[in-house]
Amino acid sequence: MSWAPFTTDATHFYLQVYWWIIIAVLGGLFLFMTFVQGGQTLFHVAKTEKEQQGILNSLGRKWELTFTTLVLFGGALYAAFPLFYSVSFGGAYWVWMLILFAFVLQAVSYEYMNRKGNLIGSGAYKFFLYFNGIVGVVLFGAAIGTFFTGSNFTFDSATKILEWGTAKDGINLRGLEAAIDFTHGAWFNLAMGILVFAVARILGALWLINDLDDNDFADVINRLRAIIRRCFIVLLVALVVVLYGLVTLKGYAYDIHTGKVTLEPGKYLHNLLAFGAAQLIVFLLGVVLFVIGVLQSGFKNSKKGIWATGLGTVLIGIIVFTLAGLNGTAYYPSYADLQSSLTIQNSSGSKYTLAVMAWISVSVPFVLAYIVYVWYQMKKAGPITKAELEDPESHAY
Amino acid sequence: MIDLSMLEWARAQFAMTAIFHFFFVPFTLGMSFIVAFFETIYVKTGKKEWKEITQFWQLIFGINFAIGLSTGIIHEFEFGTNWSTYSWVVGDLFGAPLAVEGIVAFFMEATFAAIAFFGWKRVSPKVHLAASWLLAIGSNLSALWILIANGFMQHPSTDFGTFNIDTARLEMTNFFALITQPVAQVKFLHTISASYTLAALFVLGISSLYLLRGKHVDFAKKSATVAAAFGLIASIFTAVIGDEHAYEVANTQPTKIASAEGLIVGERGAPIVAIGIPKDLDPTKVTSNDEAFVFKIELPKMLSLLGKRDPNAFVPGLKDLVEGNPEYGIWPFKKLHDEGAKAIEALKSYHVAKANGNTAGMEKAKEEFYKVVADVDGVKVTRADLIGYGYLTNAKDLYPPVSPMFYSFHIMVALGFWFILLFALAYASIIKGAFENNKLVQKLAVISVPLPWIATSFGWMTAEVGRQPWTVFGILPTVHSVTPIALTNIQATFFMFLTAFVILGIAELKILFTVVKHGPKGAH
Repeated sequence: MSWAPFTTDATHFYLQVYWWIIIAVLGGLFLFMTFVQGGQTLFHVAKTEKEQQGILNSLGRKWELTFTTLVLFGGALYAAFPLFYSVSFGGAYWVWMLILFAFVLQAVSYEYMNRKGNLIGSGAYKFFLYFNGIVGVVLFGAAIGTFFTGSNFTFDSATKILEWGTAKDGINLRGLEAAIDFTHGAWFNLAMGILVFAVARILGALWLINDLDDNDFADVINRLRAIIRRCFIVLLVALVVVLYGLVTLKGYAYDIHTGKVTLEPGKYLHNLLAFGAAQLIVFLLGVVLFVIGVLQSGFKNSKKGIWATGLGTVLIGIIVFTLAGLNGTAYYPSYADLQSSLTIQNSSGSKYTLAVMAWISVSVPFVLAYIVYVWYQMKKAGPITKAELEDPESHAY
Repeated sequence: MIDLSMLEWARAQFAMTAIFHFFFVPFTLGMSFIVAFFETIYVKTGKKEWKEITQFWQLIFGINFAIGLSTGIIHEFEFGTNWSTYSWVVGDLFGAPLAVEGIVAFFMEATFAAIAFFGWKRVSPKVHLAASWLLAIGSNLSALWILIANGFMQHPSTDFGTFNIDTARLEMTNFFALITQPVAQVKFLHTISASYTLAALFVLGISSLYLLRGKHVDFAKKSATVAAAFGLIASIFTAVIGDEHAYEVANTQPTKIASAEGLIVGERGAPIVAIGIPKDLDPTKVTSNDEAFVFKIELPKMLSLLGKRDPNAFVPGLKDLVEGNPEYGIWPFKKLHDEGAKAIEALKSYHVAKANGNTAGMEKAKEEFYKVVADVDGVKVTRADLIGYGYLTNAKDLYPPVSPMFYSFHIMVALGFWFILLFALAYASIIKGAFENNKLVQKLAVISVPLPWIATSFGWMTAEVGRQPWTVFGILPTVHSVTPIALTNIQATFFMFLTAFVILGIAELKILFTVVKHGPKGAH
């Protein structure tokens, strides 16, 4: 039996699948953690300084974990699928540079916003947080969209030296064409960007409802519930467009033994039903959990909606990535040249590297365990109160 | 064809990010431990003043922490955006440590930072102390994995990697050898000890400033005591491990050490030029090392002693490395280039044969590619190991520029010795109980606060400029690592990030000065 380029044997193939699932889990976790970005677009909900400080401090205690998840997402892609790292980051240059720019501005804003001597005033840092929450998230969502619609690149099959913008009927804006080139699926990418943004915003509102004290921040919490309801409508519209795209778009299928890429109608629907419809079941479970959380805290007075919606987001996120990359699907397709498309087989690290990294990934549950422990320790003292923000020992922003 | 100006802009952008990032990293590495020391004393003694000391220095640590972390993410992703060919060719060896860093270090750092900063009233003192230590350990583990990745770039040993003719990539063969590579280990120890020195000098300097102004005296004396002790140990260790680092470099990157020392003509019993003004001459036209300097003061035999552990050993100069030196088994550039060019040719032939299904042609090309061309102390060198030299067309490309290397290395070393002296003076003064009134040492400490940043930046310049013309020493030239992209894109993002860095850098300093001016009482 022969294998697609660079897959040495069946074990190598299973490692490639394993690592794509890890990437999918990290992607799902990152989508959940974008509640920080979503929350950053909700400062206007606060009507007083103290309410605004409550939002800032609630999100400010979690931004590093979102950041770290993104770093690990990047690091895992680098080690497991280095050709993706090379092609996507080097090719869709402006998309990634703008995402990075948005994240740099975010990180410092929490620490600097309310400090004396911050040079450009707290309004500027608040703008940075909005910029990160809107531009960073929409671009990230649109970048995920290109996993389904494709990108404008080719490369030399032997040297893998990249050429971007080679499609005769395409536009070359080093990645930004994904948002304007409607002949190559910009509508889908934009819908995905808006969908991810709506999810992040709902998660952000749910997080704040959970983390702020009911009595001290009662007005803010009521307004956040209204925001969830409005965002849920936006989410439904974007979701319909995305689901329409997933059903109607021709998918980038490839033969796992020869590596040959072809266009297949209904490919992503087929993927959903593959593996005994396991992905469909997980996806539906995710959707149900997501809706339960929204109903709990958006339409009723519970504080706990973040947990069901958060878990639902992780599950949906995992399925989005597995739909894009498993079951003989090119996860980073090229519409300029089908055979340049990236698959988990032709873009992966060596069998040895993937095996070593698989052993290291065994430590991930341990890492998750201490993160949960720390969250529990910090949460068990109760929600954030106004008194805590006034305490000089609380390191309040 | 690579546009050289584009290459220079890509390098400039990467260097800008690295330098800006490394303004904050060493401070985080050192300060996290200093804060943990202070908090340990607080938990042990239960005295409130130690809590105040801990919280003040933790606040300063926190102001730096965010910007260090955020610039780190740009650095990671710029490997993809600016160096896409590099990322593909060495992703297995370089990406793996970055991924491990994320799993085992970054999460530890980010998770326990939340308790350390915000958990004073939410967890017990012992849990909080444990979090402060885990934050420090996580930060330093992060440095370990980054430097393992960097160590590979400096010395891509065949102990842990090999060039795969099928994938045309450098692939990992031994993970344990990768993480235990001596170059990375000494680099890690040198970097973290220098970082501890930097943070300790900051604490000593700010404490001295308070003493000079007669403010927060008890706070300053206590802070200075811990900082002087920690700084003295760290600065001595930096020098000792720095010597070991230089020894590793001398034996793995001869062009780097020759440039840093301004050694053009190799010699037995080579001296170190302690002070001098080098000339940038073509090494092939130099016949004696005296020609290569405007003036110099030498320490006889020291380079041989430090670089080879033998005062009479031969240390090759740039001339030997370019023209070769048969007496010491050093190949000339031309021979390295010719063997590398044969490797490139064999690689091409292999892939042409593969595309045509010509098995015999593939075997022949493979044989040529992996042909053993030298045996150095039992280590077999194949053409594949020399492939990078085939891409270099000019002997002048083989080594980094002498003047920047010489000055950056010598300034770093000189400052390193100054820090030892300064900490020794401060510590002796503290032991005698005279520090509070020792205005001279206090003034020296205040003036010296920026110097470790200069030293660490020059240290990295020595390491990274000295690695040129390679991204992966001897294997992958920088010119062939870069992303093919129009120049204007890089220029635009260069200025976009430069603007952000300048504004955020000034804001950071302004906030820092405000906090320092305010002092420890209610600094939050």
